[in-house]
Amino acid sequence: MNYGRMLLQLLEGLSYSISIFCWTLFFSLPLGLLVALCRMSKFTVLKQLARFCISVLRGTPLMLQLFLVFYGPYYIFKMPLTDTYRFLAVIIGFSVNYAAYFAEIYRAGIEAIPLGQYEAAQVLGYSRTQTFFKIIVPQVVKRILPPVTNEVITLVKDTSLAFTLTIPEMFSVARQWSSARTTMIPLIAAGVFYYVFNFLVAMLMERFEKYLNYYR
Amino acid sequence: MTQLNLNKAPVLHIEHLSKSFDNLTVLKDISLDVHQGEVVSIIGPSGSGKSTLLRCCTLLETMTSGMLAFGDTIVCQSAARDTKQYASPETLRLVRQKFGLVFQNFNLFPHWSVMKNIIDAPISVQKRDKNEVIHDAELLLQKMGLADRGDYYPFQLSGGQQQRVSIARALINNPEILFFDEPTSALDPELTGEILKVIRDLAAEHMTMVIVTHEIEFARNVSDRVIFMAEGVIVEQGPANDVILHPTQERTRTFLANMRNK
Ligand SMILES: Nc1ncnc2c1ncn2[C@@H]1O[C@H](COP(=O)(O)OP(=O)(O)OP(=O)(O)O)[C@@H](O)[C@H]1O
Ligand SMILES: [Mg+2]
Repeated sequence: MNYGRMLLQLLEGLSYSISIFCWTLFFSLPLGLLVALCRMSKFTVLKQLARFCISVLRGTPLMLQLFLVFYGPYYIFKMPLTDTYRFLAVIIGFSVNYAAYFAEIYRAGIEAIPLGQYEAAQVLGYSRTQTFFKIIVPQVVKRILPPVTNEVITLVKDTSLAFTLTIPEMFSVARQWSSARTTMIPLIAAGVFYYVFNFLVAMLMERFEKYLNYYR
Repeated sequence: MTQLNLNKAPVLHIEHLSKSFDNLTVLKDISLDVHQGEVVSIIGPSGSGKSTLLRCCTLLETMTSGMLAFGDTIVCQSAARDTKQYASPETLRLVRQKFGLVFQNFNLFPHWSVMKNIIDAPISVQKRDKNEVIHDAELLLQKMGLADRGDYYPFQLSGGQQQRVSIARALINNPEILFFDEPTSALDPELTGEILKVIRDLAAEHMTMVIVTHEIEFARNVSDRVIFMAEGVIVEQGPANDVILHPTQERTRTFLANMRNK
Protein backbone atom coordinates (compact mmCIF):
# COMPACT_ATOMS: atom_id res chain seq x y z
CA MET A 1 0.00 0.00 0.00
CA ASN A 2 1.27 3.44 -0.93
CA TYR A 3 1.05 5.32 2.35
CA GLY A 4 2.33 8.53 0.85
CA ARG A 5 -0.46 8.61 -1.70
CA MET A 6 -3.00 7.64 0.90
CA LEU A 7 -1.93 10.47 3.20
CA LEU A 8 -1.95 12.90 0.33
CA GLN A 9 -5.49 11.94 -0.61
CA LEU A 10 -6.64 12.02 2.99
CA LEU A 11 -5.24 15.54 3.27
CA GLU A 12 -7.07 16.48 0.10
CA GLY A 13 -10.22 15.07 1.70
CA LEU A 14 -9.41 17.02 4.83
CA SER A 15 -9.30 20.21 2.81
CA TYR A 16 -12.91 19.52 1.76
CA SER A 17 -13.84 18.87 5.39
CA ILE A 18 -12.21 22.12 6.47
CA SER A 19 -13.91 23.99 3.71
CA ILE A 20 -17.34 22.60 4.68
CA PHE A 21 -16.54 23.47 8.30
CA CYS A 22 -15.54 27.06 7.56
CA TRP A 23 -18.35 27.86 5.14
CA THR A 24 -20.91 26.36 7.49
CA LEU A 25 -19.75 28.51 10.38
CA PHE A 26 -19.49 31.54 8.12
CA PHE A 27 -23.17 31.25 7.16
CA SER A 28 -24.78 29.59 10.16
CA LEU A 29 -23.40 31.82 12.92
CA PRO A 30 -25.04 35.01 11.56
CA LEU A 31 -28.07 33.16 10.14
CA GLY A 32 -28.66 31.71 13.60
CA LEU A 33 -28.85 35.22 15.03
CA LEU A 34 -31.43 36.18 12.45
CA VAL A 35 -33.49 33.08 13.25
CA ALA A 36 -33.13 33.74 16.98
CA LEU A 37 -34.38 37.30 16.53
CA CYS A 38 -37.36 35.99 14.53
CA ARG A 39 -37.99 33.40 17.22
CA MET A 40 -38.12 36.20 19.83
CA SER A 41 -40.10 38.58 17.61
CA LYS A 42 -43.32 40.23 18.73
CA PHE A 43 -44.98 39.16 15.48
CA THR A 44 -46.72 35.90 16.20
CA VAL A 45 -46.53 34.62 12.63
CA LEU A 46 -42.79 35.17 12.36
CA LYS A 47 -42.22 33.75 15.81
CA GLN A 48 -44.24 30.58 15.18
CA LEU A 49 -42.66 30.11 11.76
CA ALA A 50 -39.15 30.34 13.24
CA ARG A 51 -40.17 28.01 16.03
CA PHE A 52 -41.55 25.47 13.56
CA CYS A 53 -38.45 25.60 11.34
CA ILE A 54 -36.13 25.17 14.30
CA SER A 55 -38.09 22.23 15.58
CA VAL A 56 -38.11 20.48 12.18
CA LEU A 57 -34.42 21.15 11.57
CA ARG A 58 -33.46 19.81 14.97
CA GLY A 59 -35.97 16.99 14.87
CA THR A 60 -34.93 15.33 11.59
CA PRO A 61 -31.60 13.82 10.59
CA LEU A 62 -29.08 16.14 8.97
CA MET A 63 -28.40 13.41 6.42
CA LEU A 64 -32.03 13.47 5.32
CA GLN A 65 -31.93 17.26 5.08
CA LEU A 66 -28.83 17.06 2.88
CA PHE A 67 -30.64 14.68 0.52
CA LEU A 68 -33.65 16.97 0.35
CA VAL A 69 -31.55 20.03 -0.41
CA PHE A 70 -29.63 18.20 -3.12
CA TYR A 71 -32.35 16.16 -4.81
CA GLY A 72 -35.28 18.47 -4.08
CA PRO A 73 -34.62 20.94 -6.91
CA TYR A 74 -34.15 18.02 -9.29
CA TYR A 75 -37.49 16.41 -8.46
CA ILE A 76 -39.42 19.66 -8.22
CA PHE A 77 -37.87 21.82 -10.96
CA LYS A 78 -36.03 19.17 -12.97
CA MET A 79 -32.84 21.13 -12.21
CA PRO A 80 -29.82 19.17 -13.48
CA LEU A 81 -27.59 17.68 -10.75
CA THR A 82 -24.18 19.29 -11.15
CA ASP A 83 -21.07 18.84 -9.02
CA THR A 84 -21.03 22.55 -8.21
CA TYR A 85 -24.53 22.25 -6.82
CA ARG A 86 -23.51 19.10 -4.98
CA PHE A 87 -21.04 21.07 -2.88
CA LEU A 88 -23.39 24.03 -2.61
CA ALA A 89 -26.16 21.72 -1.37
CA VAL A 90 -23.87 20.48 1.39
CA ILE A 91 -23.07 24.03 2.50
CA ILE A 92 -26.75 25.04 2.38
CA GLY A 93 -27.86 21.93 4.26
CA PHE A 94 -25.21 22.26 6.94
CA SER A 95 -25.62 26.03 7.34
CA VAL A 96 -29.38 25.90 7.72
CA ASN A 97 -29.23 22.96 10.11
CA TYR A 98 -26.56 24.51 12.32
CA ALA A 99 -28.30 27.89 12.22
CA ALA A 100 -31.24 26.21 13.95
CA TYR A 101 -29.01 24.95 16.74
CA PHE A 102 -27.17 28.26 17.09
CA ALA A 103 -30.50 30.12 17.11
CA GLU A 104 -31.62 28.26 20.20
CA ILE A 105 -28.27 28.84 21.89
CA TYR A 106 -28.42 32.56 21.09
CA ARG A 107 -31.98 32.81 22.29
CA ALA A 108 -31.17 31.21 25.62
CA GLY A 109 -28.16 33.53 25.93
CA ILE A 110 -30.11 36.67 25.11
CA GLU A 111 -32.97 35.76 27.42
CA ALA A 112 -30.52 35.17 30.27
CA ILE A 113 -29.42 38.81 30.29
CA PRO A 114 -31.19 40.53 33.19
CA LEU A 115 -33.88 43.06 32.29
CA GLY A 116 -32.03 45.61 34.43
CA GLN A 117 -29.30 45.85 31.78
CA TYR A 118 -31.83 47.02 29.20
CA GLU A 119 -33.41 49.41 31.68
CA ALA A 120 -30.09 50.95 32.73
CA ALA A 121 -29.20 51.41 29.06
CA GLN A 122 -32.56 52.99 28.31
CA VAL A 123 -32.30 55.47 31.17
CA LEU A 124 -28.80 56.42 30.02
CA GLY A 125 -30.20 57.19 26.59
CA TYR A 126 -28.71 54.38 24.49
CA SER A 127 -30.72 53.59 21.37
CA ARG A 128 -32.04 50.07 20.96
CA THR A 129 -29.36 49.25 18.41
CA GLN A 130 -26.60 50.61 20.66
CA THR A 131 -27.99 48.68 23.60
CA PHE A 132 -28.06 45.46 21.63
CA PHE A 133 -24.60 45.67 20.13
CA LYS A 134 -22.67 47.45 22.89
CA ILE A 135 -24.26 46.02 25.99
CA ILE A 136 -26.21 42.86 25.26
CA VAL A 137 -24.16 41.09 22.57
CA PRO A 138 -20.80 41.13 24.41
CA GLN A 139 -22.42 39.59 27.47
CA VAL A 140 -24.30 37.05 25.37
CA VAL A 141 -21.08 36.00 23.63
CA LYS A 142 -19.51 35.16 26.95
CA ARG A 143 -22.51 33.16 28.10
CA ILE A 144 -22.96 31.15 24.91
CA LEU A 145 -19.34 30.31 24.27
CA PRO A 146 -19.43 26.87 26.00
CA PRO A 147 -22.54 25.58 24.16
CA VAL A 148 -21.28 27.07 20.87
CA THR A 149 -17.98 25.26 21.38
CA ASN A 150 -19.92 22.01 21.73
CA GLU A 151 -21.71 22.60 18.44
CA VAL A 152 -18.53 23.57 16.65
CA ILE A 153 -16.83 20.37 17.78
CA THR A 154 -19.85 18.36 16.65
CA LEU A 155 -19.63 20.14 13.31
CA VAL A 156 -16.05 18.97 12.77
CA LYS A 157 -17.26 15.40 13.06
CA ASP A 158 -20.50 16.03 11.16
CA THR A 159 -18.60 17.17 8.06
CA SER A 160 -18.17 13.44 7.38
CA LEU A 161 -21.91 13.31 6.61
CA ALA A 162 -21.11 15.07 3.33
CA PHE A 163 -20.07 11.61 2.08
CA THR A 164 -23.78 10.88 1.55
CA LEU A 165 -23.72 13.35 -1.34
CA THR A 166 -20.45 11.78 -2.52
CA ILE A 167 -18.33 14.80 -1.67
CA PRO A 168 -14.73 13.55 -1.54
CA GLU A 169 -14.19 14.73 2.03
CA MET A 170 -11.82 12.92 4.35
CA PHE A 171 -14.16 10.21 5.56
CA SER A 172 -15.19 9.19 2.01
CA VAL A 173 -11.54 8.97 1.00
CA ALA A 174 -10.67 6.87 4.03
CA ARG A 175 -13.60 4.54 3.42
CA GLN A 176 -12.61 4.00 -0.23
CA TRP A 177 -9.01 3.24 0.64
CA SER A 178 -10.08 0.98 3.44
CA SER A 179 -12.57 -1.12 1.46
CA ALA A 180 -10.35 -1.30 -1.62
CA ARG A 181 -7.45 -2.74 0.38
CA THR A 182 -9.30 -4.32 3.31
CA THR A 183 -7.33 -2.45 5.94
CA MET A 184 -8.24 -0.27 8.88
CA ILE A 185 -5.22 1.99 8.59
CA PRO A 186 -6.84 4.72 6.42
CA LEU A 187 -9.77 4.93 8.82
CA ILE A 188 -7.45 5.21 11.80
CA ALA A 189 -5.40 7.87 10.04
CA ALA A 190 -8.58 9.82 9.28
CA GLY A 191 -9.59 9.46 12.91
CA VAL A 192 -6.29 10.97 13.99
CA PHE A 193 -6.79 13.89 11.61
CA TYR A 194 -10.32 14.53 12.93
CA TYR A 195 -8.98 14.41 16.44
CA VAL A 196 -6.18 16.89 15.74
CA PHE A 197 -8.60 19.16 13.91
CA ASN A 198 -10.92 19.14 16.90
CA PHE A 199 -8.09 19.53 19.34
CA LEU A 200 -7.03 22.74 17.59
CA VAL A 201 -10.61 24.01 17.43
CA ALA A 202 -11.15 23.30 21.12
CA MET A 203 -7.89 25.02 22.00
CA LEU A 204 -8.85 28.12 20.05
CA MET A 205 -12.27 28.28 21.71
CA GLU A 206 -10.70 27.81 25.12
CA ARG A 207 -8.34 30.71 24.46
CA PHE A 208 -11.31 32.87 23.57
CA GLU A 209 -13.15 31.78 26.70
CA LYS A 210 -10.10 32.59 28.81
CA TYR A 211 -9.82 35.99 27.20
CA LEU A 212 -13.44 36.74 28.16
CA ASN A 213 -12.73 35.79 31.77
CA TYR A 214 -11.66 39.34 32.52
CA TYR A 215 -15.15 39.95 33.85
CA ARG A 216 -17.94 38.01 35.46
CA MET B 1 -33.98 73.16 54.61
CA THR B 2 -34.11 74.42 51.08
CA GLN B 3 -35.62 77.74 50.10
CA LEU B 4 -38.06 76.84 47.36
CA ASN B 5 -38.19 79.02 44.32
CA LEU B 6 -41.86 78.73 43.52
CA ASN B 7 -41.75 81.13 40.59
CA LYS B 8 -39.64 78.76 38.56
CA ALA B 9 -41.25 75.71 36.96
CA PRO B 10 -40.77 72.70 39.23
CA VAL B 11 -37.99 70.33 38.19
CA LEU B 12 -40.56 67.54 38.18
CA HIS B 13 -44.25 68.08 37.69
CA ILE B 14 -46.75 65.25 37.93
CA GLU B 15 -50.46 65.81 37.61
CA HIS B 16 -53.27 63.25 37.88
CA LEU B 17 -50.96 60.42 36.92
CA SER B 18 -52.61 57.02 36.71
CA LYS B 19 -51.10 53.72 35.74
CA SER B 20 -52.75 50.36 35.16
CA PHE B 21 -51.36 47.00 34.19
CA ASP B 22 -54.13 45.26 32.27
CA ASN B 23 -56.97 45.54 34.78
CA LEU B 24 -54.86 46.27 37.83
CA THR B 25 -54.70 49.95 38.70
CA VAL B 26 -51.38 50.53 40.43
CA LEU B 27 -51.25 54.34 40.59
CA LYS B 28 -54.36 56.43 41.06
CA ASP B 29 -54.43 60.13 40.34
CA ILE B 30 -50.98 61.02 41.68
CA SER B 31 -50.06 64.71 41.68
CA LEU B 32 -46.66 65.86 42.82
CA ASP B 33 -44.24 68.73 42.26
CA VAL B 34 -40.57 68.56 43.11
CA HIS B 35 -38.71 71.86 43.15
CA GLN B 36 -35.09 72.75 42.55
CA GLY B 37 -32.93 71.54 45.45
CA GLU B 38 -35.70 69.62 47.16
CA VAL B 39 -35.18 66.15 48.59
CA VAL B 40 -38.35 64.09 48.61
CA SER B 41 -38.58 60.62 50.12
CA ILE B 42 -41.31 58.19 49.25
CA ILE B 43 -42.18 55.53 51.80
CA GLY B 44 -44.93 52.98 51.89
CA PRO B 45 -45.69 49.28 52.10
CA SER B 46 -44.61 46.78 49.50
CA GLY B 47 -46.75 46.85 46.36
CA SER B 48 -47.99 50.38 46.98
CA GLY B 49 -46.64 51.55 43.61
CA LYS B 50 -43.48 53.42 44.64
CA SER B 51 -41.27 51.77 42.04
CA THR B 52 -43.95 52.09 39.39
CA LEU B 53 -44.12 55.83 40.06
CA LEU B 54 -40.34 56.18 39.63
CA ARG B 55 -40.48 54.02 36.51
CA CYS B 56 -43.16 56.27 35.01
CA CYS B 57 -41.02 59.32 35.79
CA THR B 58 -37.93 57.77 34.22
CA LEU B 59 -39.83 56.60 31.12
CA LEU B 60 -39.27 52.93 31.84
CA GLU B 61 -43.03 52.55 32.07
CA THR B 62 -45.68 54.41 30.08
CA MET B 63 -48.39 55.94 32.20
CA THR B 64 -52.04 55.33 31.42
CA SER B 65 -53.09 58.93 31.80
CA GLY B 66 -51.98 62.18 33.36
CA MET B 67 -49.29 64.77 32.90
CA LEU B 68 -45.55 64.57 33.38
CA ALA B 69 -43.08 67.41 32.84
CA PHE B 70 -39.44 68.11 33.61
CA GLY B 71 -39.00 71.88 33.95
CA ASP B 72 -40.49 73.41 30.83
CA THR B 73 -40.42 70.17 28.90
CA ILE B 74 -43.73 68.37 28.75
CA VAL B 75 -43.16 64.64 28.48
CA CYS B 76 -46.74 63.48 28.52
CA GLN B 77 -50.15 65.01 28.87
CA SER B 78 -53.80 64.00 28.85
CA ALA B 79 -56.47 65.80 26.93
CA ALA B 80 -59.25 63.64 28.32
CA ARG B 81 -59.73 60.95 30.90
CA ASP B 82 -57.82 57.70 30.25
CA THR B 83 -55.89 59.14 27.33
CA LYS B 84 -52.34 60.32 27.06
CA GLN B 85 -50.05 61.87 24.52
CA TYR B 86 -46.30 61.40 24.87
CA ALA B 87 -43.86 63.91 23.37
CA SER B 88 -41.84 63.07 20.25
CA PRO B 89 -39.04 60.52 20.51
CA GLU B 90 -36.59 63.39 19.99
CA THR B 91 -37.98 65.24 23.01
CA LEU B 92 -37.92 62.06 25.08
CA ARG B 93 -34.31 61.53 24.07
CA LEU B 94 -33.39 65.01 25.26
CA VAL B 95 -35.41 64.77 28.46
CA ARG B 96 -33.51 61.64 29.50
CA GLN B 97 -30.47 63.87 30.07
CA LYS B 98 -32.41 65.81 32.67
CA PHE B 99 -32.69 62.92 35.10
CA GLY B 100 -30.66 60.06 36.48
CA LEU B 101 -31.87 56.83 38.07
CA VAL B 102 -30.11 54.71 40.65
CA PHE B 103 -31.41 51.15 40.78
CA GLN B 104 -31.75 48.86 43.74
CA ASN B 105 -29.37 46.32 42.22
CA PHE B 106 -27.01 48.80 40.52
CA ASN B 107 -27.34 47.41 36.98
CA LEU B 108 -23.77 48.27 36.10
CA PHE B 109 -22.54 46.83 32.81
CA PRO B 110 -20.35 43.92 33.93
CA HIS B 111 -18.18 43.80 30.80
CA TRP B 112 -17.03 47.40 31.21
CA SER B 113 -14.57 48.87 33.66
CA VAL B 114 -15.81 51.32 36.27
CA MET B 115 -14.50 54.20 34.17
CA LYS B 116 -16.15 52.97 30.97
CA ASN B 117 -19.43 52.42 32.81
CA ILE B 118 -19.43 56.09 33.72
CA ILE B 119 -18.07 57.70 30.56
CA ASP B 120 -19.53 55.64 27.74
CA ALA B 121 -23.03 57.13 27.64
CA PRO B 122 -21.88 60.78 27.71
CA ILE B 123 -19.40 60.05 24.93
CA SER B 124 -21.43 57.78 22.66
CA VAL B 125 -24.95 59.05 23.39
CA GLN B 126 -24.61 62.71 24.32
CA LYS B 127 -21.49 63.09 22.13
CA ARG B 128 -19.64 65.07 24.76
CA ASP B 129 -15.93 65.69 24.50
CA LYS B 130 -14.06 62.60 25.65
CA ASN B 131 -11.34 64.35 27.66
CA GLU B 132 -13.83 66.53 29.43
CA VAL B 133 -15.98 63.52 30.33
CA ILE B 134 -12.98 61.59 31.66
CA HIS B 135 -12.00 64.60 33.74
CA ASP B 136 -15.53 64.86 35.19
CA ALA B 137 -15.62 61.12 35.85
CA GLU B 138 -12.33 61.28 37.76
CA LEU B 139 -13.72 64.05 39.96
CA LEU B 140 -16.89 62.05 40.57
CA LEU B 141 -14.94 58.90 41.43
CA GLN B 142 -12.88 60.92 43.85
CA LYS B 143 -16.03 62.27 45.43
CA MET B 144 -17.37 58.73 45.75
CA GLY B 145 -14.14 57.61 47.40
CA LEU B 146 -13.26 55.42 44.43
CA ALA B 147 -10.45 57.44 42.86
CA ASP B 148 -8.23 54.35 42.48
CA ARG B 149 -10.97 52.05 41.19
CA GLY B 150 -11.45 53.34 37.64
CA ASP B 151 -9.83 50.32 36.03
CA TYR B 152 -11.67 47.76 38.13
CA TYR B 153 -14.55 45.68 36.84
CA PRO B 154 -17.85 45.72 38.73
CA PHE B 155 -17.40 42.14 39.99
CA GLN B 156 -14.21 43.23 41.76
CA LEU B 157 -16.09 45.75 43.91
CA SER B 158 -18.26 45.41 47.01
CA GLY B 159 -21.97 46.09 46.69
CA GLY B 160 -21.56 49.49 48.30
CA GLN B 161 -18.76 50.40 45.89
CA GLN B 162 -20.83 49.22 42.93
CA GLN B 163 -23.74 51.36 44.08
CA ARG B 164 -21.42 54.37 44.36
CA VAL B 165 -20.24 53.76 40.79
CA SER B 166 -23.84 53.64 39.65
CA ILE B 167 -24.48 56.95 41.42
CA ALA B 168 -21.47 58.43 39.63
CA ARG B 169 -22.84 57.07 36.36
CA ALA B 170 -26.17 58.75 37.06
CA LEU B 171 -24.46 62.05 37.89
CA ILE B 172 -22.04 62.33 34.98
CA ASN B 173 -24.41 64.33 32.76
CA ASN B 174 -25.27 66.79 35.54
CA PRO B 175 -28.92 65.77 35.77
CA GLU B 176 -31.42 68.20 37.20
CA ILE B 177 -32.99 65.49 39.30
CA LEU B 178 -31.88 62.13 40.59
CA PHE B 179 -34.23 59.23 41.34
CA PHE B 180 -33.30 56.43 43.74
CA ASP B 181 -35.27 53.20 44.01
CA GLU B 182 -34.33 51.58 47.31
CA PRO B 183 -30.62 52.23 46.80
CA THR B 184 -29.59 50.29 49.90
CA SER B 185 -32.00 47.35 49.82
CA ALA B 186 -29.63 45.02 47.98
CA LEU B 187 -26.75 45.80 50.34
CA ASP B 188 -25.52 44.12 53.50
CA PRO B 189 -26.59 46.21 56.50
CA GLU B 190 -23.02 47.32 57.22
CA LEU B 191 -22.75 48.76 53.70
CA THR B 192 -25.92 50.85 53.69
CA GLY B 193 -24.25 53.61 55.69
CA GLU B 194 -21.77 54.50 52.96
CA ILE B 195 -24.55 54.96 50.42
CA LEU B 196 -26.69 56.98 52.78
CA LYS B 197 -23.69 59.22 53.40
CA VAL B 198 -23.23 59.82 49.66
CA ILE B 199 -26.90 60.77 49.37
CA ARG B 200 -26.59 63.08 52.38
CA ASP B 201 -23.60 64.78 50.78
CA LEU B 202 -25.59 65.25 47.58
CA ALA B 203 -28.46 66.72 49.59
CA ALA B 204 -26.03 69.15 51.20
CA GLU B 205 -25.07 70.28 47.69
CA HIS B 206 -28.77 70.89 46.94
CA MET B 207 -29.09 68.08 44.44
CA THR B 208 -32.77 67.60 43.65
CA MET B 209 -33.66 64.04 44.58
CA VAL B 210 -36.60 61.67 44.85
CA ILE B 211 -35.76 58.68 47.02
CA VAL B 212 -37.84 55.56 47.50
CA THR B 213 -36.62 53.97 50.69
CA HIS B 214 -37.44 51.73 53.62
CA GLU B 215 -34.89 53.54 55.83
CA ILE B 216 -37.36 55.64 57.78
CA GLU B 217 -34.81 57.34 60.02
CA PHE B 218 -32.70 58.22 57.01
CA ALA B 219 -35.75 59.59 55.19
CA ARG B 220 -36.52 61.78 58.19
CA ASN B 221 -32.97 63.11 58.37
CA VAL B 222 -32.25 63.75 54.74
CA SER B 223 -35.55 64.82 53.22
CA ASP B 224 -37.34 68.12 53.04
CA ARG B 225 -40.57 66.29 52.38
CA VAL B 226 -41.81 62.77 52.96
CA ILE B 227 -44.58 61.15 50.96
CA PHE B 228 -46.42 58.15 52.29
CA MET B 229 -48.02 56.02 49.61
CA ALA B 230 -50.38 53.09 49.96
CA GLU B 231 -52.36 51.19 47.35
CA GLY B 232 -51.43 53.57 44.58
CA VAL B 233 -52.38 56.84 46.21
CA ILE B 234 -50.52 59.49 48.20
CA VAL B 235 -52.04 59.05 51.65
CA GLU B 236 -50.09 61.75 53.39
CA GLN B 237 -47.24 64.13 52.69
CA GLY B 238 -45.47 66.99 54.40
CA PRO B 239 -42.26 68.04 56.11
CA ALA B 240 -40.23 64.96 57.06
CA ASN B 241 -40.59 65.38 60.81
CA ASP B 242 -44.32 65.93 60.64
CA VAL B 243 -45.08 62.86 58.57
CA ILE B 244 -42.75 60.53 60.41
CA LEU B 245 -43.10 61.78 63.97
CA HIS B 246 -46.67 63.06 63.91
CA PRO B 247 -48.59 61.34 61.13
CA THR B 248 -52.18 62.40 60.81
CA GLN B 249 -53.47 59.37 58.94
CA GLU B 250 -54.22 56.05 60.60
CA ARG B 251 -52.72 54.18 57.60
CA THR B 252 -49.42 56.02 58.04
CA ARG B 253 -49.30 55.32 61.75
CA THR B 254 -49.84 51.59 61.24
CA PHE B 255 -47.13 51.47 58.61
CA LEU B 256 -44.59 53.35 60.73
CA ALA B 257 -45.39 51.21 63.76
CA ASN B 258 -44.80 48.08 61.70
CA MET B 259 -41.50 49.43 60.43
CA ARG B 260 -40.29 50.19 63.95
CA ASN B 261 -41.11 46.68 65.13
CA LYS B 262 -38.94 45.10 62.42
N1 LIG C 1 -44.91 44.94 34.89
C1 LIG C 1 -45.94 44.74 35.74
N2 LIG C 1 -47.02 44.03 35.33
C2 LIG C 1 -48.06 43.83 36.16
N3 LIG C 1 -48.11 44.29 37.42
C3 LIG C 1 -47.08 44.99 37.89
C4 LIG C 1 -45.92 45.25 37.07
N4 LIG C 1 -45.05 45.98 37.79
C5 LIG C 1 -45.61 46.17 39.00
N5 LIG C 1 -46.83 45.57 39.06
C6 LIG C 1 -47.75 45.58 40.23
O1 LIG C 1 -47.89 46.92 40.64
C7 LIG C 1 -48.00 47.00 42.04
C8 LIG C 1 -47.01 48.03 42.55
O2 LIG C 1 -45.71 47.55 42.35
P1 LIG C 1 -44.42 48.40 42.72
O3 LIG C 1 -43.23 47.58 42.30
O4 LIG C 1 -44.53 49.74 42.14
O5 LIG C 1 -44.51 48.46 44.29
P2 LIG C 1 -43.46 49.04 45.32
O6 LIG C 1 -44.20 50.04 46.13
O7 LIG C 1 -42.25 49.48 44.63
O8 LIG C 1 -43.16 47.78 46.24
P3 LIG C 1 -41.79 47.33 46.93
O9 LIG C 1 -41.68 48.13 48.19
O10 LIG C 1 -41.99 45.88 47.21
O11 LIG C 1 -40.67 47.60 45.97
C9 LIG C 1 -47.78 45.61 42.57
O12 LIG C 1 -49.05 45.06 42.88
C10 LIG C 1 -47.16 44.88 41.43
O13 LIG C 1 -47.51 43.53 41.44
MG1 LIG D 1 -40.20 48.83 44.59
